[in-house]
Amino acid sequence: MNFVVPDFYPAAAEILVAVMALVIMLASTFARRVASDLAYGLTQLTLVFAALVSVLVSPNLLAAVAAVISELPLFGVRLAEVLMSLAEGYAANEVVATFSGMFIGDMLGGLLKVFSLLAVAIALLYGRGYLADRKIDRPEYYLLSLLMSLGMMVMISANHMLSLYMGLEMMSLSLYGMVAFDRESPRATEAAMKYFVLGALASGLLLYGMSMIYGATGSLELSGIAQSIYHQAANKTVLVFGLVFIVAGVAFKLGVVPFHMWVPDVYQGAPTAVTLMISSAPKLAAFAMAMRLLVYGLFELADQWQTMLMFLSVLSIVLGNLAAIAQSNIKRMLAYSGISHMGFVLLGLLAGVVDGDRNFALNAYSSAMFYAVSYVIMSLASFGMVILLSRAGFEAETIDDFKGLNKRNSWFAALMMIVMFSMAGIPFFIGFFAKLSVLQAVVAAGYVWLAVVAVLMSVIGAFYYLRVVKVMYFEEPVDSTPIRAQGEVRFLLSANGLAIAVLGLLPQGLMSLCAYALLASL
Amino acid sequence: MLENYFPVLMFILVGLGFGLVPVILGRLVAPNRPGSEKLSPYECGFEAFEDARMKFDVRYYLIAILFILFDLEIAFLFPWATVFQEFIAAGQVAWFVFGSVMVFIAVLVIGYVVEWKNGALDWE
Repeated sequence: MNFVVPDFYPAAAEILVAVMALVIMLASTFARRVASDLAYGLTQLTLVFAALVSVLVSPNLLAAVAAVISELPLFGVRLAEVLMSLAEGYAANEVVATFSGMFIGDMLGGLLKVFSLLAVAIALLYGRGYLADRKIDRPEYYLLSLLMSLGMMVMISANHMLSLYMGLEMMSLSLYGMVAFDRESPRATEAAMKYFVLGALASGLLLYGMSMIYGATGSLELSGIAQSIYHQAANKTVLVFGLVFIVAGVAFKLGVVPFHMWVPDVYQGAPTAVTLMISSAPKLAAFAMAMRLLVYGLFELADQWQTMLMFLSVLSIVLGNLAAIAQSNIKRMLAYSGISHMGFVLLGLLAGVVDGDRNFALNAYSSAMFYAVSYVIMSLASFGMVILLSRAGFEAETIDDFKGLNKRNSWFAALMMIVMFSMAGIPFFIGFFAKLSVLQAVVAAGYVWLAVVAVLMSVIGAFYYLRVVKVMYFEEPVDSTPIRAQGEVRFLLSANGLAIAVLGLLPQGLMSLCAYALLASL
Repeated sequence: MLENYFPVLMFILVGLGFGLVPVILGRLVAPNRPGSEKLSPYECGFEAFEDARMKFDVRYYLIAILFILFDLEIAFLFPWATVFQEFIAAGQVAWFVFGSVMVFIAVLVIGYVVEWKNGALDWE
């Protein structure tokens, strides 16, 4: 009997979220009258605390955060000391595997968890008023979003095919429920049905690929798979066959062509608050899934999967940008723009290994991660604006609803302009540096033609982003209802929009954080 | 070699006997007074022959899902129970193994309480 009690410390944040989900479930059952407010408040608290705990249990991340905090004026140095002392007495390695190798605690996971937890928290805050207007802000919604976060965290920290799949399913099932949350709306139900059927298909593909990889290597643990392939102990044909299915599953979850068909329909059909949720944090989790499966597990097959990703990313960038031009619905337009952005993330992932030379890997993967993070920031702001313009009984869904926004509220028009410029990749906003770093990685890897295609399509894509700006500034408002929103939404949305501009001027911090996370984890 | 399979043969025989003996006994011993209602095919809760695309109560799903949940709980508990004795014999981690299964049951109990409180178990 060689059973070892697992080390729970690296999974402290996950345990916190799981326990709080149960607490919220009980609390909202027994305190019916305040259930919605209670569930919302507790969920937000949990998300913020879980993000804090994720920092505390990841020694590298903690050191990086403390270094930033100690630069702050006033109590900065003291605060950094307190933060460091909280994690004292636990001499952690850079990378810890626990739960019999099912779970891995590293800085990459820590950083992605912090970003995705905060993204969920922001998305909940933006969506609260929207849900309340439509009478669907029931406690179950907040519970589902917490369970979704738990699934994402498990997925981000997975070191084993089974824990990865479990996290993925936990996230996806919660999302299906959230898309169908507005039971009165036939469109939302249809979207949920499409999402569920296609999502189940993709999960099936992924599982099939995993079983083949398991058959070829005899291991489900990602490091075991990597070792087995390294020692050439596995049947190459079966491996590549399995790899194709795994890439298809990952591509579906990221929403890239040709596995993108669900994206526009689901984005359009779901309540905007849920669209905001789907388009933000799960993209980070899907990026983490791609990293864990392809880079941690199947790095030896990089030559094969890089070719597949090249095909996927070129198609996504071309089709995403061209199809977005034809959209009059802004949620659909942003969905297609999301497809092309995910194509860019794949561009970063495919530039890692050139002719067996792995010196580019770190740079390429950190550029992809930086792109994913900045896409999430932009996506939150863009769908946040769509929510801001909606009110009870009115959905600001078409681009025409943005007509003359400048006359109605010039501050929010300016913010939307920042978001659109950033998504189009106009300097000097964060989207520009995200595109630049990915393109640098691609050119360094020698795929100049890929970079040329990506730049050309971005220029074409700029058209539909600029059309929104034109509509806001140069057309008369159709609807002159003043824009009303709670103070915290206004504040956070402004901060979100300004963050895009400020990070665009000073992208170095976030970029080096991403690079450092990968350096400490790979 | 072949005698190793003797328990399997016994198992098959006992299984067959278990299934067949009550049926045969029922034929022989029980009173036999058939009627049209008694001979008609029976399905719980539904008319046996009608359009398959009818509406039926969503509670059927609920009961089925609840059944699967607690059925799976048992399916997890059995293998646990078989290895737990070895853990007690080994000593050191028995409390951890016991605790982990208690956490598993506690999670299910919380779900059960929530369902009960929300009226998922009331038929009307």
